[in-house]
Amino acid sequence: MPSACTLYLKKVNCVYNWRGWLLIGPVLAIGLLTPACSNSNSSVRAAVKAEKDRKRAPDFNLKDVNGTPVKLSDYRGKVVLLNFWATWCGPCKIEIPWFMDFEQRYKDQGFAVLGVSMDEDGWEAVKPYLADKKVNYRVVLGDDSVGNLYGGIESLPTTFLIDRDGRVASTHIGLVSRKDYEGEIARLIESDKRAALR
Amino acid sequence: MRLAALLLGAGMAFAQTNVLTVASAPKLLAKRNETVTAKVHLQLRSGYHVNSNTPSDAYLIPLKLTWKADPLESPEVVYPKPTMEKTEFSEKPLSVFSGDFEIATKFKTPANAPAGPAIITGKLRYQACNERMCLPPKTIDVPLTVDVQ
Repeated sequence: MPSACTLYLKKVNCVYNWRGWLLIGPVLAIGLLTPACSNSNSSVRAAVKAEKDRKRAPDFNLKDVNGTPVKLSDYRGKVVLLNFWATWCGPCKIEIPWFMDFEQRYKDQGFAVLGVSMDEDGWEAVKPYLADKKVNYRVVLGDDSVGNLYGGIESLPTTFLIDRDGRVASTHIGLVSRKDYEGEIARLIESDKRAALR
Repeated sequence: MRLAALLLGAGMAFAQTNVLTVASAPKLLAKRNETVTAKVHLQLRSGYHVNSNTPSDAYLIPLKLTWKADPLESPEVVYPKPTMEKTEFSEKPLSVFSGDFEIATKFKTPANAPAGPAIITGKLRYQACNERMCLPPKTIDVPLTVDVQ
């Protein structure tokens, strides 16, 4: 099976007129892409920001389904997948089973999923959905003010991966592949482990 | 270059909040004691759909047009036939509207309606998605100029 890098190289070569680029195209493309394709997680590396470029994730205080206040800062020290979603959002529902699996698989490695529902109808709409799908991670009820903290959530799903220091490592607007999320989560967990050992 | 493409992509995603256009409806001539039909023409951005008035799933938000009809009466809204569309994110086809479509409303003009021009306002509530993302539900005004004769 061709890797993502191989496919990307093929695409790059197809963009230009093959006559002129037949010889120098592959050389140039390989030269340009070698740093990014030095391992199988190249697309993940592109999505996860370098630590120096990460900005602090705005804190909030929202309530979960039991009425318990939840602050994002409560999760400091963990890698957090912060997912804005709604029960009326079809693409969001594709991701929820993935997030349940991530919660199960990585929770012992200092990882947590936190859902922020943007349903206008509140718990009346959300509670039955969470029960029906047996959602195993924490969900809080959001509103426009928390959305505005994150630049205005105008499309769902919108997901932020937050590192252990509470900084936004990556942002995804719209449906993203499960593999991309897995790669990013693994990278954040691993890099933070390495940092802890230093 | 890749960074520029990513930034452009993100900007486009956040700019896609107004995907439904309502065409200005022509003036409606309403004769007393008669029924008149107004047609609201809607155009949805390519790649997007809105749930129909009868969505396939209880969690989905239906498209709905309501009127404050005064001086006309008894608005009866007639929605177009929805299409059943298969999307990447749903196992079963969804009942949706997409592209260009029209919603008709039949009004009765009472015998005592005051003659002359009036503006009646409809409220259109809808929620749009494409294959990868959904936009929040939105309610927009649909003004209609009426000339009662």
